Amino acid sequence: MFEFSKEAEEKIEKILAKYPPEHKRSALLPLLTLTQRQEKYISPDAMREIGRRLDLSPAYVQSVCSFYTMYSFQPVGKYMILFCVNISCQLNGCDALLEHTAKKLNIKVGETTSDKKFTLHREECLAACAGAPMMRINDTFYENLTPKKIDQILDSLD
Amino acid sequence: MTQILFKNINKKNLHTIEVYEKQGGYNSLKKAFAREPEEIVEMVKASGLRGRGGAGFPTGLKWSFLAKDVFPRYLCCNADESEPGTCKDRELLEKNPHLLIEGMILCSYACRIETAYNYLRGEFYDLCEIFEKALEEAYAKGYLGKNILGSGFNLDIHTHLGAGAYICGEESALLNSLEGGRGEPRMKPPFPAVQGLYAKPTVINNVETLCVVPHIVNEGPEAYAAIGTEKSKGTKLVSVSGHVKKPGNYEVVMGTPTREIIYEMAGGIRDDNQLKAFIPGGSSVPMLPADLVDTPYDYESLQAAGTMLGSGALIVIDHTVNVVESALRLTSFYMHESCGKCTPCREGTRWMWQILNQIQTGQGRPEQVEKLVDICDNMSFKCFCPLGDAAVAPVASSIQRFREDYEELLEKMAAKTGA
Repeated sequence: MFEFSKEAEEKIEKILAKYPPEHKRSALLPLLTLTQRQEKYISPDAMREIGRRLDLSPAYVQSVCSFYTMYSFQPVGKYMILFCVNISCQLNGCDALLEHTAKKLNIKVGETTSDKKFTLHREECLAACAGAPMMRINDTFYENLTPKKIDQILDSLD
Repeated sequence: MTQILFKNINKKNLHTIEVYEKQGGYNSLKKAFAREPEEIVEMVKASGLRGRGGAGFPTGLKWSFLAKDVFPRYLCCNADESEPGTCKDRELLEKNPHLLIEGMILCSYACRIETAYNYLRGEFYDLCEIFEKALEEAYAKGYLGKNILGSGFNLDIHTHLGAGAYICGEESALLNSLEGGRGEPRMKPPFPAVQGLYAKPTVINNVETLCVVPHIVNEGPEAYAAIGTEKSKGTKLVSVSGHVKKPGNYEVVMGTPTREIIYEMAGGIRDDNQLKAFIPGGSSVPMLPADLVDTPYDYESLQAAGTMLGSGALIVIDHTVNVVESALRLTSFYMHESCGKCTPCREGTRWMWQILNQIQTGQGRPEQVEKLVDICDNMSFKCFCPLGDAAVAPVASSIQRFREDYEELLEKMAAKTGA
């Protein structure tokens, strides 16, 4: 059974206040984001709960949720690594760096490490092209990557 | 060097209201409130400012299109920056959030708007927090809320995070997303100025566009119009990335030769290699060969050269690259980001990707290059929204300008695979 945390409940009130009451559906993405930050993924139970609060069917919530690539439907690692692979990063050697990262973590791209610490994904441009090659781990951007820098970053995370 | 948006960008703690005010921040508000809203619209029109998100539509004209006497009206700031090569709005949001707030207040006053949303890219969670902190500071100082600075004008600004969909940078898809739906584009007309958010008149502007407005109000439209070229006024933030020694965001006067941006501002090509190609305005615009590097960086000159200024992202490619590889990577992006609503885009992006991937991996055939041209022709101007045209740009231009790269790669791979 999914429940929002107390802290999340306070945020929900603030989120709903942003939109006209007759358009509370606007709060759908913010509530999905809140859920993902709490649980690390969005379960069918959570979708039902969000739908209940916004007067939306679970099917509608799922149809919107599945459109957006940031939402996960399965649990992910403590650290979500999004590795940018588009043109500016590609020109600066991101493919080899992504391979290096996957090898270091001993997983394939798209997988989670067995200790549930890291999940590694490709990302289609993170708007940090001047700092290419780059990756985002949870909310933090890491730019101008090298194999050594990647090793240091990964080793520094608890 | 003329600096408007980046004048104080590296000033320590510029993101705080104290430092921002010390640089003259929020001075434009009193000047604006002393005038009628329509006068501010006229000022922006007279400045010649054109939208900096990609389309380049005249900003003041856009504001004047709002349906008359229909309220409430909304402002949506487009901070969904996700186009490969483009990273300028991120720097503005991170280092100078109050400039955007000031611009949003001026736009809202000019257009008689009392509720504004800043639609931020979902991945910009940290920037959203910076922006929300700045909003709090602005409310505390009386720049937002009820009866701003005693003017009788009320405004609330809210943040809204997207969730990782490039298509949500398209204005009508942004509205659908903000209304809690899938980010699919809407049929136009009606345009947002008539029926936008919640079917009410809505202004949608890019971050950079709104950030220019305080300068126009402070210094006057004539001063802004005096910068740049006849039809491309002012300065432009250019994100320079790829094979340059000093990648970064640079503020350039419209009309600056592209060569100057690449070789002087960005330090030239890495390892002193030769320039092969450059994409002047982000992944959605056609690439150009090195011999056009003297093209002035402005809307008209780039258009005359067969490309566009777009979002102002200059991607530099040196001679070590076969551009088929670049076209494949960019097509991969558009295939991933196509919303699937219309067939030419949904099927065309995938089909192009398959062919480019075959050529890249040695399974391609020479006649497939003509097939790519054919697919491009069948997508151009036939898709529901501009994403389809954007997807065509890297493929069509790489074939038009660098056909020898396709031939060379096909031959090389044929020799390798024995085909």
